[in-house]
Amino acid sequence: MATTGSDSERWERDTFRAAPERDAPFSTISGEPVRPLYTEADLPADPDGVIGFPGEYPFTRGVYGSMYRGRLWTMRQFAGFGTAAETNRRFRYLLDHGQTGLSTAFDMPSLMGLDSDHPRSEGEVGREGVAVDSLGDMQTLFSGIPLDEVTVSMTINAPAAIMLAFYVVAAERQGVPAERLGGTIQTDILKEYIAQKEWCFPVDPAMRLVGDMIEWCASHMPRWHPVSISGYHIREAGSTAAQELAFTLKDGLTYVEQAVARGLDVDDFAPRLSFFFNAHIDFFEEIAKYRAARRIWARELRDTFGARKPESWRMRFHTQTAGVSLTAQQPLNNIVRTAIEALAGVLGGTQSLHTNSFDEALALPTENAVRVALRTQQIIAEETGVANTIDPLGGSYFVEALTDRMEEQAYEYFGKIDQLGGMVEAVKRGFPQREIADAAFRYQQELESGVRKMVGVNAYTEGDDLGPEILRIDPAFEVEQVQRLRTIRERRDADRAARALEALVEGARDPGENLMPLLLEAARADCTEGEMVSRLQTVFGSYREAPVF
Amino acid sequence: MSAATEKKIRVVVAKPGLDGHDRGAKIIARALRDAGMEVIYTGLHQTPEQIVETVIQEDADAVGLSILSGAHMTLVPRVLELLREQGADDVVVTLGGTIPSDDVKELKELGVAEVFTPGASTEQAVEFIRNAVRA
Repeated sequence: MATTGSDSERWERDTFRAAPERDAPFSTISGEPVRPLYTEADLPADPDGVIGFPGEYPFTRGVYGSMYRGRLWTMRQFAGFGTAAETNRRFRYLLDHGQTGLSTAFDMPSLMGLDSDHPRSEGEVGREGVAVDSLGDMQTLFSGIPLDEVTVSMTINAPAAIMLAFYVVAAERQGVPAERLGGTIQTDILKEYIAQKEWCFPVDPAMRLVGDMIEWCASHMPRWHPVSISGYHIREAGSTAAQELAFTLKDGLTYVEQAVARGLDVDDFAPRLSFFFNAHIDFFEEIAKYRAARRIWARELRDTFGARKPESWRMRFHTQTAGVSLTAQQPLNNIVRTAIEALAGVLGGTQSLHTNSFDEALALPTENAVRVALRTQQIIAEETGVANTIDPLGGSYFVEALTDRMEEQAYEYFGKIDQLGGMVEAVKRGFPQREIADAAFRYQQELESGVRKMVGVNAYTEGDDLGPEILRIDPAFEVEQVQRLRTIRERRDADRAARALEALVEGARDPGENLMPLLLEAARADCTEGEMVSRLQTVFGSYREAPVF
Repeated sequence: MSAATEKKIRVVVAKPGLDGHDRGAKIIARALRDAGMEVIYTGLHQTPEQIVETVIQEDADAVGLSILSGAHMTLVPRVLELLREQGADDVVVTLGGTIPSDDVKELKELGVAEVFTPGASTEQAVEFIRNAVRA
C-alpha cells in the first residue's frame, strides 16, 4: 500500500518525536528547510511523466540513453598561467596523465580585452590565466596538440568573438578547418554583468556579439558550442543553488529568444548550446539542481520555443567543483570536499567535470595538486562503481522532492524577472546582482554566528597544516609577453592590419552585419585583442557598473 | 565623548586591478556600514590613482583594498606610494584577498596595517579598523 501524507505525520508524531533533535540548522547550504524524512507521498503526482527515462523527454534522469555506460564524462581540468608556451606545457602534461579534453583559463587583461602592454595590465599578465594577445599566442598555446582530435574549452566572455577568431585561424594554420573543431567557448556575457564582472562593452552591443557568434557557428562550426551558459560564477559570487539555477537558465532562454528574433530556426542552434554549473558541498541539493535544470530546459525549448529536435531539448553541462568551498586552513581537507562535490556532479549526470586542486584557496595549483584532483575523478570513475547504473538516485523520495522544489523556485524567479521586463532589463537594473549580494551576506553571517560550520575555519580549527608549496608566477613572464607583442606589431603587414581594423569599425556601425568574418580577417592580419576591443569601443562604448552593496 | 556625537569612521572599500571577484569587498562594505561606519565602495577595476583620489576626496580614515588577481605586489605598493605623495600616509590601509604569507610580510613592511586572508571574519576587520583609526 502506498505511503500517504497522513502516514508520515503519524510517524513523525508517534515515533520520531520520541527523541530530541541535535541543535543544527537542518536546512541546505542555500537555506532551504529539510524535513526529517521523505516518503512516497513526496514523489511527483505523475512520476512517469516528470521523472521519465534517461535520454527521453523531459531528461530528468540524464540526457543520453546510455549515459556513463556508453561513455564516461570528459575529465577536463581548467588550466592556464604565464605565457602561452608555459600553458602549452601544462596542457601536454594533463593529456599525458589521461585527461580527455582541454580547458583554457585566460589572464585578467585577456578577459578584459586589454593587451599585455596596456598600463592597466601591469602586474596582471599571466597571473590568473594565460596571456593571449594575438593569433601568434593562440598558435603557441595549442602547438603540437591536434585540434581535430582534442576538444577545447575556452573560458572567456566579453572578447569571446575575438578569441574564437584567433582559435579558428590557429586551427586553419594547423590544416584543420573550422567545421572539424570541437569544443566550447563561454561567451555568456549576461553572467558577467551578474557575477564575474569582466566586461568590455555595454550590455546591448555585448548581446549582439553573442548573437553574431551563435549565428556564425550555426553555419560554420557544427561541432562547436558557441555559448556555455554558466551558473558557476553566479554561485561563486554567493548565490543560492536556486538562484544559480534560475539566473543561468533565464540567461540561456534569453540567448535563445534573441537568436530566434534574428530569424534563426531554434533547431539550427539550440543543440549547440551547453551549460556550466557549480558543484557545491551540499550534496543532494546539487544533484537536485542538475536534474531540475534538465527538465526546465527541455520543457521551455519544446513548449515555449517550439523546438522539434530532441537534441534541442537536451541540456548538456560541464561541472566544476566549488572554489568557494575550499579553505586556506588545513588545505588537505579540500581533497575530501572536492571528491564529494565531484561525486554530486557525476550522480547529477554531468557531461564533463573539472575538480579543483586542494591548494587553490592559496594560489594557482601546483602540478602535484592538479594530479590529485584529476586522480579524484579517475577514482570515482574506475573504483566506486557509481557509473554502473544510470541516475542511481532517481526515485529517491528526498532527491525527487528537492528536484521539484528547485524547479518551483526557478519559476518563481522567472516570474520576477519577466515582471522587470526580461533578463537584460533585470541585469541593467541590478536585480540578480542584488539578490546574490544579499544571499552572500546572509551566508557570511551564518558562518560568523556559528550556525554554519566550516571545518578548519570556525570548527575543528586546531592543528592547521603548514602551508603547502605554492605556485609562483615568475614576473619575467610579463616582460617576455610584452616583448612578444611588440615584435608581432613590428613584423606584421601594417596596411593590412589597419584596413582590417577599419573594416571592423565600419561593420560595428551596422547592426545588421555579422562581425565574425571581420574579426577573422583582423586575426589573420595579426591585429591584437586590445586593438580590436578598443576600436570596437569607439562605436559601442564601454561599461561601468553602478556599485551596489 | 559619547558614542552619539563621536565622528563616524569613514572607510573607502576599493577593488584595484582587473579581477571581478567582488563578493568579499561587498560583504566587508556592508559589515562596516552595519557597524556604524561611513562606507564608500569604489566599484570594480579601479586604478591606484582612482582609489587614492577617492580616499582624498572622501577624507577617509581608512581604505580597505580587496584583490584576488595576484597583482597585489604591483598594485598595493603603488597605492601606498600615491598616498604618501598626497600627504595622506596617516590613512589606515588594509588588504583582503588570497595573499601568500611571504607577500603579507613584505606588504606589512611597506606600510599595510593588516592583511585579511581567506577565512577571516568581518568582525575581525571591523574591530581592526575601529582600533587602528582611533589609535
